[in-house]
Amino acid sequence: MSSTTAPSAPAPGPAPDLTPAQRTPYQQPQAELARSKREARRRRLPLLPALIFVIAMTQLPFLATIVISFMDYRALRPDQRGFTGFDNYVAVFTNPSIRSAVVTTILLTVTVVGVSLVLGTLIALLLDRKFFGRAAVRTMMIAPFLIVPVAAALLWKHALFNPSYGLFNGTLNAIWQFFGAERGPQVAWLTRFPLLSIELSLIWQWTPFMMLILLAGLQSKPHDVVEAARMDGAGAWQIFRYITFPHLRRYLELGGLLGAIYIVQNFDAVFTITAGALGTANLPYTIYATFFQRQDYGLASAQGVVVVIGTIIIATFALRTVSSLFDDEENAR
Amino acid sequence: MSTISEPTSTSTNPAVAATSFKAARPNKRRGGVEKKDHWAWGILAWAVGLLFVAPVLWMVLTSFHSEVDAATNPPSVFAPLTLDAYRNFFGVTSGSEPWPPLLNSLTASVVSTILVLVLAIPAAYALSIKPVKKWTDVLFFFLSTKFLPIVAGLLPLFLIANELRLLDNINTLIILYTSMNLPIAVWMMRSFLAEVPVEMLEAAALDGAGLITLLRRVVAPVALPGIAATALICFIFSWNELLLARTLTSLVAGTAPSFLTGFATSQGLFLAQVCAAAFVVSLPVLAAGFAAQDKLVQGLSLGAVK
Repeated sequence: MSSTTAPSAPAPGPAPDLTPAQRTPYQQPQAELARSKREARRRRLPLLPALIFVIAMTQLPFLATIVISFMDYRALRPDQRGFTGFDNYVAVFTNPSIRSAVVTTILLTVTVVGVSLVLGTLIALLLDRKFFGRAAVRTMMIAPFLIVPVAAALLWKHALFNPSYGLFNGTLNAIWQFFGAERGPQVAWLTRFPLLSIELSLIWQWTPFMMLILLAGLQSKPHDVVEAARMDGAGAWQIFRYITFPHLRRYLELGGLLGAIYIVQNFDAVFTITAGALGTANLPYTIYATFFQRQDYGLASAQGVVVVIGTIIIATFALRTVSSLFDDEENAR
Repeated sequence: MSTISEPTSTSTNPAVAATSFKAARPNKRRGGVEKKDHWAWGILAWAVGLLFVAPVLWMVLTSFHSEVDAATNPPSVFAPLTLDAYRNFFGVTSGSEPWPPLLNSLTASVVSTILVLVLAIPAAYALSIKPVKKWTDVLFFFLSTKFLPIVAGLLPLFLIANELRLLDNINTLIILYTSMNLPIAVWMMRSFLAEVPVEMLEAAALDGAGLITLLRRVVAPVALPGIAATALICFIFSWNELLLARTLTSLVAGTAPSFLTGFATSQGLFLAQVCAAAFVVSLPVLAAGFAAQDKLVQGLSLGAVK
């Protein structure tokens, strides 16, 4: 920024580099300009491979998606390939299945991120206390997050939700039989509560994630401030409300943001547990189905573009919160 | 029962308890309020922990049961243990072939993680130690690519891979997993490299230390734990990935998660085998995650938590 035009100004960023030019600021402006340009290029060099790679692999395919979204491009009808203007977009917005996919995606994301954050906070507060076997409990809590998502979805679908031999119905049966009943209530979980079933399995996986981030937040809490407040007679609730919670806020935001990025894109659980049936098809699954089952590439691309535009709108707000966290860090320097 | 509860019941009279609680409060705070609370909170924490780990334990237990015992209602918790499900999963008796997908997953995860580190570390260096102009903009560009749903770029990737005869090729997955994890790795590595003491770098540079010496003596000690955390996260995310693997590979280059989706529809008595399969595929992630719990937290928070 300013370093090229005004070499005597301190270089921006955390690492002011003492070039000879800065030590003798008023000599040879021409050579100096060339040197600072060379310096800028030298600094850019290590960044370029990663930057070019990411642009090539994420931005270019998306440009291709935009082009295809304006085409009639169906794998089963290669003869009809050609540009069709906004037809695919009209189809996206008039198709009720897309609208329901939007609702499902929002419901799924808000429920899973919200409940995981609340549970994660409560459990983190619990694990922040000293008790016997704390490390063991922490390790047990992490386990769900370390199960491969497809494996977790299979586990919930077959071993827990299965109506005839799953653990949930089996436990209900065992309890009822223990009290002398013939049979316990048997629930067809996946058909009666399809979306809730998916949400439960995802909450189980993501609560440990939130807990880990929030526990790290709690453990970095300024203990002297808490101690001082306690000396001044603040109660447990007051300490939580006015010291712990404001301190945790940035960790809640971070957890919520990262959780949302991954849950919005969730494919594994929806694909494995219900295969998008019974109103559980979210946007990634719907696009996948348009792409693979209907093989309508043009429509699938238009769906993808709409999703990306929606994501950009939401992400702009999300990035602003991360950005504010980031400013704190920068100001702290 | 009643003889034990009688002495305490006098003191748990609500009114008495309430007043005594209030009166006792200041004393408690000065004394050992923490100690007195502990056992109850501890029990609650243990209960919650067990509740969360229970499905995992149930999965492991069921995987060691016979198929008949696995499918009973109520569940047969104390049924005899057997390795039949693992024999079936590894194809001793059933002809299933889990080794190619497991090895494909290992190749894709390890190679892509190495590639990510090779690309991310120099980039992070250029965003922290010797920052380029507008380095915050570059950093946020990297993060913003994570908001782009993979599914939105899936179709062109499929068509290009099809055109180049790269479908069902493990190298395609390696490249895509590298691009999937690179933005996260750049963020993490930057936050770690930002901890490098710049004054020390400058002092060493003035003393005539070369770039290699600087990297080895000053940067590496701070960066190595960060590299470990980054590698762990990239490995886990690559190992877990399903959408790309399912779309772009099939029989030859299929990965373990893709192989697992074969169990999505139930087919008679097979619960024990499903549990064995889920456990085997999750084992590398469980082992890596448990072994490096602190690194896991650092990684998951993109390096924001140290």
